[in-house]
Amino acid sequence: MKVELTINGTARTAEVEARKTLLDALREDFQLTGTHAGCEHGVCGACTVLIDGAPARSCLMFACQADGYDITTIEGMAPAPGELSVIQDAFCETHGMQCGFCTPGMVLAAHALLAREDSPDRAAIVEAISGNICRCTGYGQIVEAIALAAERLRTANTPRGVRPPQIGAPHVDPDAGEDAPGAGILEAADADMPHGGRP
Amino acid sequence: MTEAPSQFRFVSANRRVREDRRFVAGRGHYVADIALEGMLHVAMVASQHPAARIVSIDASAALALPGVHYVLTGEELAGGVDQLMNGLDTPNVRRYPLAVGRTRYAGEWVAAVVADSRALAEDAAEKVRVVYEPLAYLTKAEEALDPASPPVHPEHGSNILLDRQFVWGEVDRHFAESPRHLSFRVTWGRNSTVPIETFGVVASWDPWRDMLDVWASIQMPKYSDQISRALRIPTNAVRVHQDVDVGGSYGVKRGIKHTVLVGYLSRRLNRPVRFLEDRLENMRSGDAHGPERIFDVDVAFDEAGIIKSMKMRALDNAGAYAGRAPFQLGKPIGAIVGPYKIQSVAYRAQSVTTNKAVQEAVRGFGQSPTNYAIETAMDKVARACGLDRVEARRRNFIRKEEFPYLIPSGTRYDSGDYHTVVEKVLAHVDYDGLLAERDRLRASGLLAGIGIAACLEPSGGNSSFEPLLNEKNTTTTWMDSARITIDGPGFVTVTIHTTSSGQGHETLAATVVAEVLEIDPDRIRVVRPDTLESLPSNSPVGSRMAIMLGGACFHAAQKLKAKLVAIAAFQFGIAPEAARYETGAVSDPASGRRLDWADIVNIAHRNFHLLPPDTEPGLAVTHVMQVPTATKLPEDGRVQMYPCHSFEFHVVLIALDPVLGKPEIRRYVIGHDCGTVINPHIVKGMTLGGIAHGIGAALLEEFVYDDEGQLLTQSFMDYLLPSSHEVPAVEIVHHVTPSPFTVFGQKGSGESGYLGAPAAISGALNDAVDALGIAFDKLPIRIFAISDAVAAARAKQSQEKTSA
Repeated sequence: MKVELTINGTARTAEVEARKTLLDALREDFQLTGTHAGCEHGVCGACTVLIDGAPARSCLMFACQADGYDITTIEGMAPAPGELSVIQDAFCETHGMQCGFCTPGMVLAAHALLAREDSPDRAAIVEAISGNICRCTGYGQIVEAIALAAERLRTANTPRGVRPPQIGAPHVDPDAGEDAPGAGILEAADADMPHGGRP
Repeated sequence: MTEAPSQFRFVSANRRVREDRRFVAGRGHYVADIALEGMLHVAMVASQHPAARIVSIDASAALALPGVHYVLTGEELAGGVDQLMNGLDTPNVRRYPLAVGRTRYAGEWVAAVVADSRALAEDAAEKVRVVYEPLAYLTKAEEALDPASPPVHPEHGSNILLDRQFVWGEVDRHFAESPRHLSFRVTWGRNSTVPIETFGVVASWDPWRDMLDVWASIQMPKYSDQISRALRIPTNAVRVHQDVDVGGSYGVKRGIKHTVLVGYLSRRLNRPVRFLEDRLENMRSGDAHGPERIFDVDVAFDEAGIIKSMKMRALDNAGAYAGRAPFQLGKPIGAIVGPYKIQSVAYRAQSVTTNKAVQEAVRGFGQSPTNYAIETAMDKVARACGLDRVEARRRNFIRKEEFPYLIPSGTRYDSGDYHTVVEKVLAHVDYDGLLAERDRLRASGLLAGIGIAACLEPSGGNSSFEPLLNEKNTTTTWMDSARITIDGPGFVTVTIHTTSSGQGHETLAATVVAEVLEIDPDRIRVVRPDTLESLPSNSPVGSRMAIMLGGACFHAAQKLKAKLVAIAAFQFGIAPEAARYETGAVSDPASGRRLDWADIVNIAHRNFHLLPPDTEPGLAVTHVMQVPTATKLPEDGRVQMYPCHSFEFHVVLIALDPVLGKPEIRRYVIGHDCGTVINPHIVKGMTLGGIAHGIGAALLEEFVYDDEGQLLTQSFMDYLLPSSHEVPAVEIVHHVTPSPFTVFGQKGSGESGYLGAPAAISGALNDAVDALGIAFDKLPIRIFAISDAVAAARAKQSQEKTSA
């Protein structure tokens, strides 16, 4: 049967068997092999994709069920060929992986978390990746990567002289003293934050 | 040659791991990503009986389905291939990729169905009708020792694959002299490494070139040799492509039976054939389970807690076929006394066949179970002598000044400073504070315990256990290699000759070559030729690549540097020893003359008339490296096993609700000394990952068979891998005791964490329940086992109170 969906911002169609999973369709019909088959019974999370922005197991969904949805795979994360997103780069910075097999799912789970929370604590990060099994790392450097990405996204494009905004703290630069800029500029700093990559 | 850490430019620096870029982008290149034109797919028909005679196989209904190409049976396959290799001298334990005449464990592959798609092959597999005649079976190792037990391989004559008694030193005298003895049994449950990527292989036979191309998710020494031997084709007709990323292995990705099967099919059908295990096939019949071992231990010690002698019997349940698994009883001989000065050891190694899935190499190759037995002994001796468990270990440790230290079984430990590592960890953790915290938790109504484990990671894997356990085997080298070329325009390419499964070998090779040549590592290309273009490698087993690939790269780079210097010195008219090499340029300190990298490379590539006499043009060097210290065959049951010995010291605090029984790790600290660290990110990841794997082995993971011989845990819903919720934030305390036997003082770290975590967690849980008068003597210690044991103990205690 015919499915029409949006993958990484592009409208795609394919003719698939009714029993074909979204995972197999992504890999075989759309040649997007960054989504991996780990257990194929919905536990390990290696096949994680974002469906309308929310992480989901592509092994537990038929391709035809994804008809009409907006799918994001790991191939949709990099801003340009050879370039990395803030989250991907943070995983490289902390070496948040070894064999790389669970990594696409981890990056997408991190992306979904940071799209809704800009300062997740350790517990929130652990919860967000708890549906993705990594056998190599013991998760330590993955948690570090996501915390680092959160910090970088929070502070991206912050104007000079303005300290990284802290949740709940007043947005005033203590070094500015008498020269502290007016409220308008601080609002501009806030307004800049989404350019770090969060929608 | 050992260089002081301060001299390093790139070694030990916090540099990124180059492999990571492709992985975060989803651009790894795994076996499942390889799709060849006209490729066919395989699904397996599995036996549901633990032991049965195959009466008949009717594939007609399967073959009648459109798109189904072939159904292969064991009988046909056995006529076309030779039996798979055994490590031990057990020729009548015959193993083929498919069962021949008889099935030996539930899930064993009986037939292979080949079709246009995997889904179709699976449909057709269900239509293959197999008639079985069930036979008697057994699942328990102790039962297998009984000569009357049903033989898994009747031609072999018994279920015993190996029964070797070693005595190193004066065990009887030491036991007689020692005032105190104790004995105990502990059991290591059957678990494995269970990578997230299952095993997969693609084979493509080209009858016009007589070439079998293979792509596989493989981590296997001498893989091509085994394929060619079984398929009866020359090894130079087998081309294994090593630029395949492997999605985790930690030992088990050996896939030899899969490869022989798929290679046969590709030749039979003249089509490329791919087999990817699904999770069920992986867990039930991928032949990748780990050791399942009973230890009976006796120790002789004195009132001060000094252990003088140990008797250990290790009985391992190898499963239905032999393979290489029994060697996992041999490798721990190289660290059989752990970090302790035990003067004599009697060791009985027994491996038996049963009707369970086959064992494969698992991280540590038998060392982690052995460490669990040794550390349990240490805890029990401390308890018997009324000593703190850390103090008991300190009293038994080999001292820093005693290295290199010869242990009774013939291995010389390279270096270590165990006391200092322990002091650093205790200071970091605030040991008195930790004891107070445990007691505070207990006072609040929880069960709480502290676990301690000290152990070694033998590294730099040779294969000395092979000749030790099999007299027909004369292996004394387990080499690895590197090749470096500088091309005409001056760019550097390094080749490595194995696949990797997450260990960062490309980063390792670039770092080491850059260190020697004093050039930017990021400008060095690292590639993996196929096996026909490769130098010898024994693959990343036995925690060996920092030592062996790092060593080979170091020596090759030194040769290259010497050539650059010789060419330049010749232009200056001076001896090479008088010239000075710095960041790729060579100068003559006397005259001040200097030739840059590009100048020297140009001479090598274009100016034969300027080369010193008898110099080959071009810049290409190779180095094939022998494992340090391994030179001799065993003598009197003694052998030098691995050259290097990393040390780890674990302290863990666990609390649990006595009713729920769910262990919660409140604090986890590890002191780790693997000598000079080449890449800190990689070593940290190995250590944290190893601990997580050890948490699984200690608390969660087991391949459980029921009394009917059926595997009960065959999905991720019942074989539980630790998730981010089960793994705590681990604190690492570093120490560096360089090895005198390696180029930078590095040791191995690929098994770190895993080798001590199970022992430490077991120790913590036993400390937690000690006051109830109970102890856990079998891993994994699952939640229900804890809550049941605690409930029974409490009921008994309250009963005793009432009756008193």
